[in-house]
Amino acid sequence: MTKIFKHRLVLPIAALVALILVNTISRPSFVSITVRDGQLYGSVIDILRNSAPLMLVALGMTIVIATRGIDLSVGALMAVSGAVALTIIDGSGSPDSPATLGIAIAAGVTVTLIFGAWNGFLVSVLGIQPIIATLVLMLAGRGIALLITGGFITTVTSTPYKFMSQGYLLGLPFAFYVSVVAIVLVALIQRRTALGVLTESVGINPEASRLAGVRSRGIVWGAYAVSGLLAGFAGILYSSNIMAADANAAGQYIELDAILAVVLGGTSLMGGKFSIAGTVIGVFTIQTLKSTITFLGVPPAVSPLFMAMVVVIVVLVQSQRVRNGASKLWATVSSRKEAEVAR
Amino acid sequence: MTEDTAVRPIVAMTGITIRFPGVLALDGVDFSLRPGEVHALMGENGAGKSTLIKALTGVYSIDGGSIEVDGEPRSFSTTADAQAAGISTVYQEVNLLPNLSVGENVMLGHEPRRAGRIDWRGVHAEAAEHLSNLGVTIDTRSLLSSHSIALQQLVAISRAMVTDSKVLVLDEPTSSLDRSEVEQLFGVVRDLRDRGVAIIFVSHFLDQVYEISDRITVLRNGKLVGTSAAADLPRGELVSQMLGRVVDEFENISRAADRQVDRTGTPVVSATGLGRRGVLEPADLDVFDGEVVGIAGLLGSGRTELVRLLYGADHADSGRVAVRGSTVRVATPRHAIEHRIAFSSEDRRAEGIIGDLTVAENIVLGIQARRGWLRKVGGSEKETIVSEYMAALGVRPADPSMLVKNLSGGNQQKVLLARWLATAPQLIILDEPTRGIDVGAKADIQRKVTELAADGLAVVFISSELEEVVRLAQRIVVMRDRRKIGELDAHDSSVDDVVAAIAAEAREAVA
Repeated sequence: MTKIFKHRLVLPIAALVALILVNTISRPSFVSITVRDGQLYGSVIDILRNSAPLMLVALGMTIVIATRGIDLSVGALMAVSGAVALTIIDGSGSPDSPATLGIAIAAGVTVTLIFGAWNGFLVSVLGIQPIIATLVLMLAGRGIALLITGGFITTVTSTPYKFMSQGYLLGLPFAFYVSVVAIVLVALIQRRTALGVLTESVGINPEASRLAGVRSRGIVWGAYAVSGLLAGFAGILYSSNIMAADANAAGQYIELDAILAVVLGGTSLMGGKFSIAGTVIGVFTIQTLKSTITFLGVPPAVSPLFMAMVVVIVVLVQSQRVRNGASKLWATVSSRKEAEVAR
Repeated sequence: MTEDTAVRPIVAMTGITIRFPGVLALDGVDFSLRPGEVHALMGENGAGKSTLIKALTGVYSIDGGSIEVDGEPRSFSTTADAQAAGISTVYQEVNLLPNLSVGENVMLGHEPRRAGRIDWRGVHAEAAEHLSNLGVTIDTRSLLSSHSIALQQLVAISRAMVTDSKVLVLDEPTSSLDRSEVEQLFGVVRDLRDRGVAIIFVSHFLDQVYEISDRITVLRNGKLVGTSAAADLPRGELVSQMLGRVVDEFENISRAADRQVDRTGTPVVSATGLGRRGVLEPADLDVFDGEVVGIAGLLGSGRTELVRLLYGADHADSGRVAVRGSTVRVATPRHAIEHRIAFSSEDRRAEGIIGDLTVAENIVLGIQARRGWLRKVGGSEKETIVSEYMAALGVRPADPSMLVKNLSGGNQQKVLLARWLATAPQLIILDEPTRGIDVGAKADIQRKVTELAADGLAVVFISSELEEVVRLAQRIVVMRDRRKIGELDAHDSSVDDVVAAIAAEAREAVA
């Protein structure tokens, strides 16, 4: 039993469950799911659908953080891939054809894959600090997106493109399937091959890994490339949701939400051990928190403050030092009680 | 000890004991320091020198014993306490602020103020005065990082003088200085000594120790060996005090020196003129199948530097390496691993184990790294390898799912040995594999090395304990002052011969 409580996912899951309980108590309809035309609707379904872009970005961020790095450019890369894809669709004569769609998506994510590889080059080959290296594209990326769209917010009409974020498949939102496929792929690649453990090894002790013969440069480089690729797919989903390439609003502050999701999931910013399952829970926690804020009627102006408070509480609970302090306090209290009982 | 007790010591440390998890870092050490002396603190890695200094400067709190400064009992819980008591430290890697000016560094925290604001003109005037007391005249408004390490060290010393320190700790101050810079530093040190400052001097350079010190205290394995006047302590005696004569708990491991090694063929690995400027003068090293080559020398003698160049952990700028007769490029550890050369670093925690991974993951890491990430060592294959090597080396506790950081030092060392043996190397380089581990694990590792060599593996074995080197090796390479100074046949050498070779005066070696 104690082993279950010591599992590192206990706290993240407890936080998510608590959040769902608060929501259900304040509005019982939160958990209700209605079926219309064979499709599921409800707050929970919305959360599954809306969390997809953050999920993709946070998965990439998990790998990058495991290498002791950070990727601040993901939001800007979302803007880039959306801009590339929508510009291609906009310029095409047949915006509804699958070929156009395929080319647009492939072009969008290829560009962000290259940008991700650029980040990886700066960090792993040139040895630039990750926060600085990725800051370059965080700032330049939106400029590049604006350049691609010619300074406008490109809007298009393309039924299949719209389907990706708004359509349904077998009763569930299509975007949710995208999340699931990404989670499964990343988890399989990391855990079925040795990539996961080698990434952790480099994150825990880079010098010892080098002397043991681990190709740390390639591993770090690859992590940023994957992060760029996933941010590209997230950008496609985002632009498909609003059917527009908005270089300024796309993925705004999503890097912060992603870092937060990773940390909530129990992966340390110091690098090393990472948990894909933890990140998934972290993403759902953040998305649930966002919808909580909306329907608790928190005014939009103060919602960041509300979000920050919740985050502070969750992070404090996860802090080893706070927990040690709390258990010490608990030990003194209970030993005093025992002493009283003995008397 | 016949010490002059007439002078009251400025620092008297009595029975100092410090425990770290699983290790007794200091065991009842006495140390006294008189005003106006230069006192050298000597010992190999893990002897307890830096732990003793950290106890004195308030970095570590002591578990037993007492510290008196100027006759008053003190307990330091922070470095600020120690500084307030007049004890300052200048570390090997200068701990100043390179992006501030020289004057700001000297006066940091003690800036003269006028009306609540820092009087910058006063800062630089006072800094210049403190520096000129040490015979240094530089522009105090220049950036600290624009000056040489030697000058930065003098800045650090004058910073200590601002707080009117009575005790100055110099931790390896000369390791990156050239000869004339050392002279300048020693001039300042002598001057401070004559003004009554007590100086603790830590260095690995014997010549310098004898040049500057009045007394020498030797530590070994956390215990005090003795304190003597420098003039009364011959060089050879100092070396054998530092390296020690361990009572032989290892009689059952037969002396390997008498085993015959066939050196007629091609060496497994042969290094010719391998060197790197400022690190190691070009040296040769041949290792044959089934041979244990010991490297003897003090810390900083070049013993670690040589094997790191051989493994590609550091870049050599001269020389070449041949594996079984054909010249190969060894610029990175991966190259070395491709030629089946394995290397276990002397710094187990920082350069060996991956602390947060399990024992099993640490053991297969070597094979996994060689195979690449696509072909995972997993399932039954992993289980077989891990259980085979854990049993062969006797890793305790025998739990492959434990995090390796929770194992004792000796078992961590066994895990590292297992990692490399699993890759089936033809040469294994072991740098201080037995340092800081318990006697049982030490005997296990020594026995394993002997067995492996008997099975045909080539081994390079480095240890501060000469007994161990003499027992295990068939041939001993002797190093001093970043140079290889010779080779001894272990067959007819004793520990005394090796000590004599290490301690020989520098001029003899040149002649």
